[in-house]
Amino acid sequence: MDYSQFLAMQQEIGLLVVFLLVFLYDTFMPKRALGATAAVTCGLFALLTLGGFAMCVLDTTADAFSGMYQTSPIIVTIKNILNVGTLIVLIQSCQWANNDFTSVRRGEFYELLLVTLFGMYLMISARHFLLFVIGLECASLPLAAMVAFDKNHYESHEAAVKYILTAVFSSAVFMMGLSLVYALTGSLYFHDIYLTLTEQYPVMLCVALAFVMAGMGFKLSLVPFHLWTADVYQGAPTSVTSYLSVISKGSAAFAFLVILAQAFGTFYAGVWEWMLYGLIILTITVGNLFAIRQKNMKRFLAFSSISQAGYIMLGIIAMNATGTASLMYYILVYIFSNLAAFGVIQAIENKSGYVDMDDYKGLYKTNPRLAVVMMLAMFSLAGIPPFAGFFSKFFIFTGAIEQGSIEIYILVLIALINTIVSLYYYLLVVKAMFISPDECKIAPFASAATERLGLWICVAGIIALGIVSVFYNSLLKISEASYLLPLN
Amino acid sequence: MLYYLIPSLIMFCCGVYGFITRRNMIAMLISLELMLNAVDINFVVFNRYLHPEAMEGMMFTLFAIAIAAAETALAIAIIINLFRVAKDIDVKDLNKLKF
Repeated sequence: MDYSQFLAMQQEIGLLVVFLLVFLYDTFMPKRALGATAAVTCGLFALLTLGGFAMCVLDTTADAFSGMYQTSPIIVTIKNILNVGTLIVLIQSCQWANNDFTSVRRGEFYELLLVTLFGMYLMISARHFLLFVIGLECASLPLAAMVAFDKNHYESHEAAVKYILTAVFSSAVFMMGLSLVYALTGSLYFHDIYLTLTEQYPVMLCVALAFVMAGMGFKLSLVPFHLWTADVYQGAPTSVTSYLSVISKGSAAFAFLVILAQAFGTFYAGVWEWMLYGLIILTITVGNLFAIRQKNMKRFLAFSSISQAGYIMLGIIAMNATGTASLMYYILVYIFSNLAAFGVIQAIENKSGYVDMDDYKGLYKTNPRLAVVMMLAMFSLAGIPPFAGFFSKFFIFTGAIEQGSIEIYILVLIALINTIVSLYYYLLVVKAMFISPDECKIAPFASAATERLGLWICVAGIIALGIVSVFYNSLLKISEASYLLPLN
Repeated sequence: MLYYLIPSLIMFCCGVYGFITRRNMIAMLISLELMLNAVDINFVVFNRYLHPEAMEGMMFTLFAIAIAAAETALAIAIIINLFRVAKDIDVKDLNKLKF
């Protein structure tokens, strides 16, 4: 075996090195030095992120392990996007990780988080279903342990049980679908499956595809499979929730695109296009309608993230370079806007313990800066023009429309109508903070330096990503140059 | 081949049925194991009868067994933790988080 193949996995190796260093630091350093674990992790991870950006200039296209693993500029880019999000999550979680209840187990949080990120890397790079399943499990099992991290809170345990049972159920369904695909093609390589499956489709393939989509739908919380989302988001510690809603979802969305395009690309028209079509309409609509009636901020953002996942799927159904680029751009913008919202929630929760929307009434009078950040996040999530969220929605609709069929036009119209509905509930939060005359329960406070740093990065992202066109243009260039989508 | 596939299908369906109807978390976990094992049987049978030229299905099964073990271990740990807090493992009582 040629061991130099491992050199293709530079980002994975870098992440493993960071993981090992954090692990060694946490295990062997004297107790008084452990307070710096959070800072050490953030520093090492920032180095990894910079290294990932440095790799963008190189031509990184490579296959390893007889095509099981693949890397290319577009894959390096999506991993960089995830890195940026993870870095913000790490910075924002410093304050929480250093409080009295969690500081004993602080190291475990960072180690588990890095392992899940490793699993997501594998999911994105895998071109063989065995490696993909290993990555999927590596990404979802440690997350269950992270959801159960708040040992002193009953809610955290309940959320963890719900998460692990649905995760195992979904992976069983997913693997059942894989076994049927294997029966049809005799191979688990994406490329072989793509070549073996020809235009005529047996019923068995439709069943297999439905199983595979259901399994991935659980990960992405698309609508018929979304029931775990709100409970888990509410019960988990806020740092974990923000990680779960942004990074986990972004990586699963990209991996879903890779599977559908590279393994089942021949069955786009007429088979999975329609499955995805139904899923998108359900996801966007049901997510929006349920978000309207939520009172808890974390549950509210859970349903908002369900409907955002529906918009992300529009980039997959487009099946063209614009769609892929806008999917990545959407994930990037979504990372910044959602993490800004979660950063504010976390800062307020750490200080006062309030998470209900009613508690946010009059927040502008007591904590004007946090209120403004929250407002920017809500505007960006809703897609109000000068902010990044508008542009990400605009590009994702453009990508879908370029596909050209009349059904997609109708789909985009439905998504547009839903954007207007979503405006209502995002603005409810803004109204509570700025217009409501009630006295605010949350006393004025100064948030920690790390939380402020995380929020500043998010605000910069929300404002700059939309206006500075270089981000989207470079993503478009990369996705046009790559061979992610099958060439017909 | 059918003699192996039908039991595997029955196992999978039993697993789904058990997961939905049973109210004890350990029983739900057992149902999940049934589903995962049905997948393993499927892979081995397809490999042996349809595609005997390569061992891909067998290898997948080996990994799937290991993954299933990891999943069960973690789920049991979480259920034990919950039991310590709630003194019960009936899913009917997991109703604090709902809308």
